[in-house]
Amino acid sequence: MFAHEFMRNALIAGTFVGLACGLVGYFVVLRAQVFAGDALSHVAFTGALAAAVLGYDVLAGVFVATILGGVLMGLLGDRARADDVTIGTLFAWTLGLGVLFLSIFTTQKSAGNGTAGVRVLFGSIFGLSGTDVRRSVILAVVVAALLLAIARPLLFATLDGAVAAAQGVPVRALGLAFLALLGLVAAQATQAVGALLLLGLLAAPAGAAHLLSTHPYRGLALSAVLATGSVWVGLTLSYVFPSLPPSSMIIAVAVGIYILALVAAALHDPRAVWQRLANLGTPAESAHAHEH
Amino acid sequence: MVELSIFQGVSWNVVSDVQQLFSYPFMVNALEAGTIVAVMAGVTGWFMVLRRQTFAGHTLSVIAFPGAAAASLAGLPLAVGYFGFCGLGALALAGIAGSRRSLSGESAAIGSLQALALALGFLFVSLYQGILNGLDSLLFGTFLGITSDQVTVLLVVAAVTLVLVCVAGRPLFFASVDADVARAAGVPVQLLGFGFLLVLGLSVAETSQITGALLVFSLLVTPAATAHQLTARPGLGIALSVAIALAVTWLGLALAYFSIYPVGFYVTSLAFGIYVLVRLGRGILDRPRATARLAGATS
Repeated sequence: MFAHEFMRNALIAGTFVGLACGLVGYFVVLRAQVFAGDALSHVAFTGALAAAVLGYDVLAGVFVATILGGVLMGLLGDRARADDVTIGTLFAWTLGLGVLFLSIFTTQKSAGNGTAGVRVLFGSIFGLSGTDVRRSVILAVVVAALLLAIARPLLFATLDGAVAAAQGVPVRALGLAFLALLGLVAAQATQAVGALLLLGLLAAPAGAAHLLSTHPYRGLALSAVLATGSVWVGLTLSYVFPSLPPSSMIIAVAVGIYILALVAAALHDPRAVWQRLANLGTPAESAHAHEH
Repeated sequence: MVELSIFQGVSWNVVSDVQQLFSYPFMVNALEAGTIVAVMAGVTGWFMVLRRQTFAGHTLSVIAFPGAAAASLAGLPLAVGYFGFCGLGALALAGIAGSRRSLSGESAAIGSLQALALALGFLFVSLYQGILNGLDSLLFGTFLGITSDQVTVLLVVAAVTLVLVCVAGRPLFFASVDADVARAAGVPVQLLGFGFLLVLGLSVAETSQITGALLVFSLLVTPAATAHQLTARPGLGIALSVAIALAVTWLGLALAYFSIYPVGFYVTSLAFGIYVLVRLGRGILDRPRATARLAGATS
């Protein structure tokens, strides 16, 4: 397996993509911003195809689009937490725009471009060059450094925004910086698992980490480890069974881990489960009431 | 020159253009299907925005994709896959909502579900070697080749869902606006929530046969969001939402017929354009009131 260069490239790049997704994903889940990640994945698609149509580097298009998208979402919502309906409306249109670019691209430059849309949507991790790998390693290191630098105040701002703001923590600026960082990671992950599937790498390992540990830094590390592990196992599966696409396998493993974590959490505390089941028919505080 | 190459066969005579639209059976089918889908999406979308379930709605619409891919892999009619998977998705989402997780836990669970659905969809498409052309139309929709049988199925499902919404509309509205008071008044809030997800699943399964799995969401969320911007009254709001969805779909289909670009682009762009205009218009209208309020507060 390690004898093939494409496989080595995929493993190295995948490791760092997993690392970055796991770290950022932990905060995405904590801040209940998975929908923002969802929106960014669509923005990434449109950015890539717009760049392809205009003749720029596809990856550059993705980066510009997702970082701008992240900042825009932060600006649209108050306190840098964007409003769901506004985000939804905006990215529904972004995707429509992406479809336009896709159709221009596939008709305009006939041969060989028929699969461009698929590559962007579902990734092409087995087709990475040495430069791609270096770029994703550097990016992951930068993202990890930036995130760890703001981790403490960000955690504070997330858990109790009002108190943090009163203590002089720049809550809004942190939120914006975090969304920009999320955009950076989304662009990086688009290469590996594609624009549509990067959501899984953000949400599933982090969700599992939140279930398994309530300690923030331990959870953060666990999330990164689980994401990287999912990439490794997924790539190996896809290598052993070539008909299985790598991006699907990575996400399937990540979600599998999440489901295992759900089961483990349930076994760890069976009483809570029974209580929950017994409560199903009776008053339950809805998540939306929670929000307001 | 650019316009000439993008729009083909269109003239300035609107009447003859419209006649041309209706002269092909496939276009008539597309318009009928588009009408049915727009009405459903307008109604269910309005409740979706009211209940702030946009993320769940988007996840459901994405689940249509593996449904269609699984159906083509198994050699079943696409509609079976759409309705089957969207039904299962609604069950799973109701399970997530019922498990009383925290907001962050819920969003992680929905996100994982969505990613899994997309991963499965891509897996099925890869296993089914027929792929790429099919993949684009599964994801982004096509209005060509809709049969009159399909239109009949759409009509029946739409009728069922609309009846369900009419019957449960009042309590659903109550439960969506103030769940606690509704529960105290004996409204089965959880049951309604689950029923609504199922209805949403049905209408998503319908809509995605026309717009493709990735663009359903724009027909669900954008007209409804616009209507919510314009009025808080439920009856009027639903009517507006349906009207906008209809206008956008008809115009989008007509534009796509005369041009080389896909219908999804026109539908999403028209809907978004209306939304932006309404937001801007409201911003301008609200400004005097806001300044008056500020002046009142300072004095």
